[in-house]
Amino acid sequence: MFLQQIANGLTVGGVYALIALGYTMVYGVLELINFAHGEVYMLGAYLGIIFFGFFTVLGLTSHSLILSLSLTFILSALFCAAYGFTIERIAYRPLRNAPRLSPLISAIGVSIFLQNFVMLTQGATDKVFPQLFSTAGPEFLGVRITNLQVSIILISFLLMYLLHLFITKTRFGKAMRAVAQDRIMASLVGIDIDSVISMTFIIGSVLAAVAGIMVALYYGLVNYSIGYIAGIKAFTAAVVGGIGSIPGAMFGGILLGLVESLGAAYLSSEYKDAYAFAVLIAVLLIRPSGLFGQKREEKV
Amino acid sequence: MSYSLKAFRGIMLVALWFSLLFLPFKGPLGAIILFASIVVSISLFRALRRVRFRGIKLSLPYSRYYTLFLLIFLFLFPLFVKDYYLDVAILSCIYVILTLGLNVVVGFTGLLNLGFVAFYAIGAYTYALLNLKLGLGFWQSLPFCLMASTIAGFVLAIPALRLRGDYLAIVTLGFGEITRLILNNWDSLTGGPNGLTGISSPVIFGLSLGRLNRYYYLVLFVVIICYIIIKRVRESKIGRAWLAIREDEISAGSMGVNVTLYKLYAFSFGAFWAGLAGALFAAKMQFISPESFTFIESVLILCMVILGGLGSIEGVIIGALILVILPEVLRGVQNYRMLALGIGLILMMIFRPHGIFGSTMIKKASEKIRVSEGANRI
Repeated sequence: MFLQQIANGLTVGGVYALIALGYTMVYGVLELINFAHGEVYMLGAYLGIIFFGFFTVLGLTSHSLILSLSLTFILSALFCAAYGFTIERIAYRPLRNAPRLSPLISAIGVSIFLQNFVMLTQGATDKVFPQLFSTAGPEFLGVRITNLQVSIILISFLLMYLLHLFITKTRFGKAMRAVAQDRIMASLVGIDIDSVISMTFIIGSVLAAVAGIMVALYYGLVNYSIGYIAGIKAFTAAVVGGIGSIPGAMFGGILLGLVESLGAAYLSSEYKDAYAFAVLIAVLLIRPSGLFGQKREEKV
Repeated sequence: MSYSLKAFRGIMLVALWFSLLFLPFKGPLGAIILFASIVVSISLFRALRRVRFRGIKLSLPYSRYYTLFLLIFLFLFPLFVKDYYLDVAILSCIYVILTLGLNVVVGFTGLLNLGFVAFYAIGAYTYALLNLKLGLGFWQSLPFCLMASTIAGFVLAIPALRLRGDYLAIVTLGFGEITRLILNNWDSLTGGPNGLTGISSPVIFGLSLGRLNRYYYLVLFVVIICYIIIKRVRESKIGRAWLAIREDEISAGSMGVNVTLYKLYAFSFGAFWAGLAGALFAAKMQFISPESFTFIESVLILCMVILGGLGSIEGVIIGALILVILPEVLRGVQNYRMLALGIGLILMMIFRPHGIFGSTMIKKASEKIRVSEGANRI
């Protein structure tokens, strides 16, 4: 029972971590809570269902499931990258020098718009993702982990590792770190800040899209309102780990997934969604810079 | 309508981009329709661009006669209209109180509160529970409702005020959600998702205010009192301290304003009005459920404040009236109203961040920040 919950928690936690990375990267670069990020995840889940349905109609799924699924992942990720890019251009870039509340409010606007857009075009009822995998899987110590869970955990960790490599080893990653450290200095040494910021949104959105499809596969149900609550939880994960810190977001996501699945099992499942908020408030009050974050002094 | 080839290509690219984004959700036909409508609307916009909107300064007519006329109108209004209009009018008044309350926190003091609806819910549930479980009337319960919401505001503020800007917003959001989850799950006390029914209407001198026209006068009276009090508080020492904190917290602190204390005042004072609005709401509807107190409701109240202009008292009243009355007028296209609200919020932030009637001080502050970019923002 306990180990089973750990396995479930790891699965959900991996997904939270992927979304949390989007929050934390944007915050690192722009010092902005990208409130609409949860909606990109929701769009990813919907796009997954739409594209997979499309390939099934075309007959590709019956031909090769793996090909069909991978194409679904790639196309949804591409579209979500475009959504993330567009959101930044419309709602954040014109407000880059505005007072801090303005981008937060326009982000809420984006979030309301996208939710209602999806509700109007796809209907208010739950969408179903076809059950593709059997619930069988490796079993040890009395714990059954389904193949799907294993793949979700593996894919999450693989993507996190790739992101880590991208940020620490590539030129672009270096530019991103420079912008996060000091935007003005970075622009003075010739870094194109706008493209770094766009890239940050694109990477975050791709991760969110992958998370969205994996959740759609895992639960089999998608609703236009899932982005809001998942966004809050992922944001909590980012804050727990220390916002702006990438390993922190990974750790925070997994921790939150474990807390939630153990809490639902042993305390009360009705308040499942409240745990994230409780953890968030507690962390902000006790250690506002998070577990991995550095304390920043306020500059005048 | 003459524009260069380059501009034309630009419009085409924008339209193509958005149609592509739209494609998976509505298929090729929807994308083509969207493409055409974007091209048409951008072209129209470019043609009309000569008309400058940004420079127009809207100000409210203000004179003694005007006020007198408005008051007479508001008092005579229920004599001539159907119940439906009274219903909308009462709802508008309740939202005006809420908006004025939130304006104290967001508009005057510059603290983003995304869980304001929690105080509204606390006011409503306190009255409902006192009325249903203990049989107290509206007037006996009212002090408890106000106390409960004010204390809740105070309790939330103590820890929350240690946090800056957007963290504060998220914690207030969390508070709002936890409140709603508790209301939704504590079945034995709050009736869970089914809510509470049979809440009684207030009685004055043996006269029940259950009828809409009588209730209208009660809420109108409360709105006027609220307006006068908030207007006077803004001109007081406390109000000036709030504005100072909004403009520049660090300077205000160094000039001897006790920043934390005045933020506490702002939070509790705002929560006070939300509690009052909640009690009035419960007494009017005679039924409440957690459905009425969702996050989107907080956002709606925030939109009213932003639309009217952060910090402007008359402005936010008009903002509230617009956002309550407009959806009623546009019942036919109700599905699209949230869509429009979302777009409206973004456009508002880009083109008129200080609202239709916003005070210009915020604008100056943002210009100041533009100069010292990189320094810590509000």
